[in-house]
Amino acid sequence: MTTAADVSAADVPTPPRIARGTGLDRAFEILCFSAATFLLTALGGIVISLAIGGWPAFEAFGFGFFTSSNWDPVQEIYGAAGAVTGTLVTATLALLFALPLAFGIAIFLVELCPPILRRTIGTAVELLAGIPSIVYGMWGLFVFAPWFAKHVQMPIMMSVEPGSFWEKITAGVPNGAGILSASIILAIMILPFIAATTRELLLTIPPQVRESAYGLGSTTFEVITKVSLPYIRTGAIGAVMLGLGRALGETMAVTFIIGNSHGFPTSIFASGSTIASTIANEFAEATDRLHSASLIALGLVLFVITFAVLALARLLIGRQVHA
Amino acid sequence: MFKRYLTAIVAAASLAGVGSAQAADISGAGATFPAPVYAKWAETYRAQTGNRLNYQAIGSGGGVRQITAGTVDFGATDKPLKPDDLAAGGFVMFPTVIGGVVPVVNLPGIKSGQVKLTGALTADIFRGVVKKWNDPLIAKFNPGVQLPNLPITVVHRSDGSGTTFLFTSYLAMKAPRWASEVGANDAVKWPTGLGGKGNDGVAAYVKQTPGAIGYVEYAFAKQNNLTYALLQNKAGKYVAPAAANFQAAAANANWKAAPGFYLLLLDQPGGEAWPITGATFILVKARQDDAANGREVLAFFDWAYKNGDGAAAQLDYLPMPAAVKDLVRKSWSKVTGPDGKPVYR
Repeated sequence: MTTAADVSAADVPTPPRIARGTGLDRAFEILCFSAATFLLTALGGIVISLAIGGWPAFEAFGFGFFTSSNWDPVQEIYGAAGAVTGTLVTATLALLFALPLAFGIAIFLVELCPPILRRTIGTAVELLAGIPSIVYGMWGLFVFAPWFAKHVQMPIMMSVEPGSFWEKITAGVPNGAGILSASIILAIMILPFIAATTRELLLTIPPQVRESAYGLGSTTFEVITKVSLPYIRTGAIGAVMLGLGRALGETMAVTFIIGNSHGFPTSIFASGSTIASTIANEFAEATDRLHSASLIALGLVLFVITFAVLALARLLIGRQVHA
Repeated sequence: MFKRYLTAIVAAASLAGVGSAQAADISGAGATFPAPVYAKWAETYRAQTGNRLNYQAIGSGGGVRQITAGTVDFGATDKPLKPDDLAAGGFVMFPTVIGGVVPVVNLPGIKSGQVKLTGALTADIFRGVVKKWNDPLIAKFNPGVQLPNLPITVVHRSDGSGTTFLFTSYLAMKAPRWASEVGANDAVKWPTGLGGKGNDGVAAYVKQTPGAIGYVEYAFAKQNNLTYALLQNKAGKYVAPAAANFQAAAANANWKAAPGFYLLLLDQPGGEAWPITGATFILVKARQDDAANGREVLAFFDWAYKNGDGAAAQLDYLPMPAAVKDLVRKSWSKVTGPDGKPVYR
């Protein structure tokens, strides 16, 4: 008979526990709770003030605010369709351009890269994420646009068949500003974000998983496509959606390069506008009540679009987890 | 973390304390166009008198909103308020410095001042009716100038701006079609072309696009050596955008007949006058809650009228003619304290 078995837990001296709900513990709880609810209150406050501020526009134009692309500050007629289309088109194109590159960078860095290059490329990607958007705008306007006009836009515009569908969607002024240029700049901006997140996700894969796959005789390509990528699918969707969210709301860089004309963009080289660029352009000088109300209403529309994107991301992630 | 919050709170509180302790501080907000000269004036004024002026360049629209809300001592706007609006808001308005708008072009082989334009022709170009540089309508005013067979690309400001307001007001004045189809405002529904953000945005698009025409404010065109076009003025002469020509426009204007100094210096008489000239304006409340504060604001602008012309000229703004300054000083009697007496002099 050993005595050890007879020692009950109660006999072991434990440090005195701070009782729940008293003193520091309670204060900490309250602090955390108020931090969380503060954010929620702020969010609610923003939605409510946007709705109140934009109400005159919804009242004056009704559903037409969303379907008309007529934006005329002189006649005081405002329609959001042009800006909404511009926002969706540029963000989607940006995502299409950025996605393969970002995944390529992340996969290369984690699975294929010689260690000596890994740090350099990894740091470069992170630095790219740290560049302020106004710098992208200036670079886009003064460096990228002239180059793009000369080496991409002009050759394309000159080689398309007159009267064809391709001529229509590549019509425009050959100076490098427009929907496509804005999308490319946006792609460069969201690329490091998606690449860095995807890289982190790939690094979380336990080595055993990968090693087992190799052990079973898989090639590198098979490991990446059949093991690594499916493993991080959930997180990657989240990263992509957050990138899309950033593209939707990006303001300064787009304002510089998109050409800023209201109305439906009819070609990829046409100038257009996004919700954020329209607000940035006009809010400071909007003195008429309906003008500023319409801009605030645009803000609400952008909020709803971004919210929808994030909700979709949640939904996709949720489905992945339960599957 | 607590400490950081605490420091922030203490810092904010001490800032607020400083603000209320120094009554001589005046604050203004509004137009971006005159912001450099206001900043320069404020700096010199502080060196000479010790009084501070804090000016926030948030745009003319913002300036009007802030003075209406009473959060600043004065508002600044490039777009003058109509006499009715002045009365409704309870404001007194006066001009400070003059600037102008200049059409700039990018035509291979064409130098500054070689292309001549009229107001109506410019309106047709910006309306997208005249599409090519070798159009007979342009050639008619430019005999002997080899204009290329290039499509015209119109470049305009994308941001709401006093520059756009002056430019479109001028086009509306000279072309009835422009007035009825587009109109005049600090942002309009442009029939054609693309928008650059700010003067530099417009200038960049113009520089990058052969065949482009845009408009920028005079100081910007001068400092960046942009290729400008001559404009026909009311006297029928083609004039260049030069300091003397803006001053001619301001001097010839009839300020006495302009209630509340609501006056756009567009298409003014005189052989030298540049047709797209405009002043930038200050708004103060006609009835000041704090007479001493109101006095400080007017004292600053009185000082600027006396001592600020050199600084303005250096930055390529044009000072107001002396006669107009005297008229403005007289109008300040309308700015009164709570007791109904003028706050300044």
